[in-house]
Amino acid sequence: MNALRPRPSTGRRMADQSVRILAVGASLLGIFFLAWILLEVSRRGIGAVNWDFFFAPPAPPGFAPAGLSAPIVGTLLMTGLSVLIGVPVGVLSGVFLSEVARGTRLAAGVRFCINVLMGVPSIIMGLFVYTILVLPLGQFSGFAGAVSLAVIMLPVVARTTDDMLTLVPNALRESALALGAPRWRVTFDVVLRAAKTGMITGVVLAIARVSGETAPLLFTSLNSVYMPTSLAEPTSNLTVTIFNYAMSPYADWQQMAWGASLLITVSVLGVTIFARTAFRERTK
Amino acid sequence: MKRNNGAAPGSPGDAIYIALTRGAVALMVLLGVGIVLSLTLNAWPSIRETGARFLVSAAWNPVTHDYGALSSISGTIASTLIAMVIAVPLSLVIAFFLVELAHPLVARPVSYAVELLAAIPSIIYGMWGLFVFAPFMADHVQPALGQILGFLPLFSGPPMGIGVLTSGIILSLMVLPFITAVMRDVFSMVPGVVKEAAFGMGSTTLETAWKVTVQYGFSGLVGAVFLGLGRAVGETMAVTFVIGNAHRLSPSLFAPGNTIASTLANEFTEASEPLYLSALIELGLVLFVMTLIIQVLAQLWIDRARKKAGGGL
Repeated sequence: MNALRPRPSTGRRMADQSVRILAVGASLLGIFFLAWILLEVSRRGIGAVNWDFFFAPPAPPGFAPAGLSAPIVGTLLMTGLSVLIGVPVGVLSGVFLSEVARGTRLAAGVRFCINVLMGVPSIIMGLFVYTILVLPLGQFSGFAGAVSLAVIMLPVVARTTDDMLTLVPNALRESALALGAPRWRVTFDVVLRAAKTGMITGVVLAIARVSGETAPLLFTSLNSVYMPTSLAEPTSNLTVTIFNYAMSPYADWQQMAWGASLLITVSVLGVTIFARTAFRERTK
Repeated sequence: MKRNNGAAPGSPGDAIYIALTRGAVALMVLLGVGIVLSLTLNAWPSIRETGARFLVSAAWNPVTHDYGALSSISGTIASTLIAMVIAVPLSLVIAFFLVELAHPLVARPVSYAVELLAAIPSIIYGMWGLFVFAPFMADHVQPALGQILGFLPLFSGPPMGIGVLTSGIILSLMVLPFITAVMRDVFSMVPGVVKEAAFGMGSTTLETAWKVTVQYGFSGLVGAVFLGLGRAVGETMAVTFVIGNAHRLSPSLFAPGNTIASTLANEFTEASEPLYLSALIELGLVLFVMTLIIQVLAQLWIDRARKKAGGGL
């Protein structure tokens, strides 16, 4: 009935206005919570960060010097090993989907499987690695921890590779093949090289994500207060240390947990932001 | 298929190349199958012992070996529901803001900030939730809620801060970026012509968004909701910190409870008895099946949206 009126009626305009205000409010709310979390982590964590924090081993409550050298090394070791396992297998799977079996029903099925795997909670991945590595060997180990992180990273890397390689124009492949290059050289020297920036971004984001994981490590690497000497035994790591320290009644341990939280937040967000901005500038 | 159309047919490098990529994919598929098999196998003693009672019994007593998943399952569902009730409308209006309202100069940093919420590790949400947000809830939010809505059993009980409601709110923050990102993509996939037609008919921005954009991208939006749901159901550390970890059923959202994931995180390393361990693995299997169903539904809906839009997303 309003079809001939030149402007929306007051009621409709007010509905429109209120949803606009709501939309701005919701966006501000998101930013507010981000700021709140980052501010609290910085404010409470900064007091714990000093020389000892990085270079002294964990100590019982009330003892000084106390630091997190062992968890830092353990987290770096396990994340590093998980990258060595997860990235090659993930990239090769992505190459299979995009280059070897492109357009086949098999690729579609595997792609579906990968998408579902990406949604499997990290705690289930930890549980799975527990049942295949910890239970049969009768030993929690840093190696099992690294495998659980790799298993979480795998589908993410495969999906990124698949997505990025699909974007590479076919003309590149065809010209390389026409020059007489075997398929493996086409993939590794031409296609992967063309998709390099996108791939690196995706892989770095996946690494950032797993380096902050806690749940899978609870069942696999467990935790330890000693500097890791071998990945065949329970291995010290930052996130489980945060969990244990935060749940303890000791003020100095809780303070240390905030320091570790700050360290994790700064590294994970730092790497995430770096990967994204570096990529964005390259593509411009 | 362009098999062997390279100029070096039968090159030994290619044989290795194809074998390697096949092996990697086989490993990936094996991973999926392995999770199902290994969890079922290890949960079997508990499945045989407790049968269907496991799913409907609220008992959880490691001493008498009486295990039931009901309190964990209901806690998972309750905290996930709260998260979705908060996160879905918020994501919808944020996506609306990013695509339809904001100038690109504003939209870019805002969507970046929302995406950063997803990059913060779960355990950081846990720390913030336990030491900052739970006390805030206990001091300010829960007393007010109790005063206004206290006649409902949902909002009765002492304001302790930790509990199902607080976990749900923190979960909503954690899934918000995932839902918003997919919804934003769905919104921006809607062809301009369709929207312009609505504007040409004299629709307001809201009417265009609600009656055209949302209808057009409906299946994608449903997919986004399922994606968020899958995240919320399995989220572990943040919930473990703030839910209070009590094996009991309570009608109040202020009361401590537990979820499947929080039970696993809390009790797994204490489980010395084989049957206890098996019951916990069965709990994990239940969670896995839940996320599996949600993920499959999410993929199907998103695929449908993608086909309709002809790629993108």
